[in-house]
Amino acid sequence: MAVAGIDVGAKYAKMVILKDGQPEILSQGMAECGFDLKEAVEEAFNQALAGANLSRDDVTYIVATGAGVEAVPFANDTVSMQGADARGAHFLLPSVRTVIDIGAEMGRAAKCDETGRMVDFVLNERCAAGAGAFIEAMARALEVDLEQFGPLSLEAEKSPPMNAQCTIFAESEVVTLIHEGESKKNIIRALHDAIAERNISMVRRLGVEKDIALVGGLAKNVGFVDAMKRGLEMDILIPEEPLFVGALGAALIAAERSAPAPQ
Amino acid sequence: MAEEKKEFWRWPEYRRTIPGKDWKGAEVITAGVDIGSVSSKTAIMVDGELYAYAIMRTGSSSAGSAEKVTNWALEGTGLTVKDLHYTVGTGYGRVNVPFAQRAITEIACHARGANFIWGPTVRTVLDMGGQDCKAIQCDSRGKVSNFLMNDKCAAGTGRGMEVFADLLNVPIEEVGPRSMEIDEEPEPVSSTCVVFAKTEAVGLLRAGWPTEQVLAAYTAAMAERIVDLLNRVGVEKDFVITGGISKNIGVVKRLEDRLGFKALPMKPEMDPMIAGSIGAALFAKALYEKGK
Repeated sequence: MAVAGIDVGAKYAKMVILKDGQPEILSQGMAECGFDLKEAVEEAFNQALAGANLSRDDVTYIVATGAGVEAVPFANDTVSMQGADARGAHFLLPSVRTVIDIGAEMGRAAKCDETGRMVDFVLNERCAAGAGAFIEAMARALEVDLEQFGPLSLEAEKSPPMNAQCTIFAESEVVTLIHEGESKKNIIRALHDAIAERNISMVRRLGVEKDIALVGGLAKNVGFVDAMKRGLEMDILIPEEPLFVGALGAALIAAERSAPAPQ
Repeated sequence: MAEEKKEFWRWPEYRRTIPGKDWKGAEVITAGVDIGSVSSKTAIMVDGELYAYAIMRTGSSSAGSAEKVTNWALEGTGLTVKDLHYTVGTGYGRVNVPFAQRAITEIACHARGANFIWGPTVRTVLDMGGQDCKAIQCDSRGKVSNFLMNDKCAAGTGRGMEVFADLLNVPIEEVGPRSMEIDEEPEPVSSTCVVFAKTEAVGLLRAGWPTEQVLAAYTAAMAERIVDLLNRVGVEKDFVITGGISKNIGVVKRLEDRLGFKALPMKPEMDPMIAGSIGAALFAKALYEKGK
């Protein structure tokens, strides 16, 4: 028997299946959210089931999380995104007390105790600046592959000043910088510094407590990670699969909630 | 001959000389040059009356844009920049107007310009610019008493509207009228972020919404955002709107519905985009006369 956690974000639906009774990861699945969120959920679910060689009936309890949580009507329960983040990050990296999650459209940070329980959080869901959508828009404006964005910024010599905070305004500022002859790698570094600064000020509102983990899609961008480390003046831990931390947290909570109450 | 790329999502560039006006025999000829983040405007005033103006896109250099738009405003009038007695620069690029004697903030210039266009009863000026939005309170002489400004975020600005016109492939002049061609007013999309609003709009289009309905949802979001700003500064009548978006009936109508009253209508012969440059030209006249 198994339990599962599913995290439906703005861009991807992610699923993790755990062995029931013991916290062992059996498989994971991920699908891009197109027009129909339910389709992405089905795809991620089927992928994970195939990976674990299980059928749907073998999964006895499912906990859903994420902005698109209503696309999982068959879930037994739900958990907040920050609660799932804290739980998942703590499981992978037990020394973590602050989890920063920067996804496609949302940035958030959660504080957890030594058991992985979320004790406080902060989030930005009003503005795309600072999130993955910002980087995607800038990659388009600069005509640089998204995969190249992080590595290129590590080659920069300097970080030219950027005034714009808004994604839309930053697009025009990037064009101006190109016209002024600034190199793409320097501009990319400036963009990473700008969004790191935004996210750091959000985390500081919560209070920074070590160790810090960075999860979500932007954790895979080495340029952003570097900017965060420089800005925080601290080391940051990154789990192996930063995109699945929320889904893993939800699955761990599923395992806990499905367990029979102690006699 | 190179074909000019038509940028349908932007307001067209044009110049105009006010019919029946002449500068010959005039005592004071002044210019107000408003270099905005998206468009540049020059107003030429003769003895304190509007004589000619031009509106064009701001280029990569503020100084170059200032020269171009001013020369265009003077084109065909027989005047050159040398004939101007005094020039005041305003707007985002105001310190980079090479031939200006002074730079004055666009807040002061919009209040002064609105006072000139609509008269001394104006108390609240909403300037909806290309990359910012300002709510200004002023007295009967057009002097600023209070203001609030959003220049950090594209939501509620002309740039946000351009993004939507481009996305939906609708010329900017048609956005307002077409947003009114709907059966029922839709829920607004995100009013806090243009990127989120765009994501929502794409979802609505995929769900089969007609373009008009999506335009309605966005113009409503914009109105919502602006009302928020206005309420924080306080709206007192008479209320007027300047800047490019004031030409968008969809935003203006939805804004008025939410406020519960109407803005004063635009005067003929005027363009709401030139209020700031008119204010600057009026300041120029006062400064010239003071220095004499």
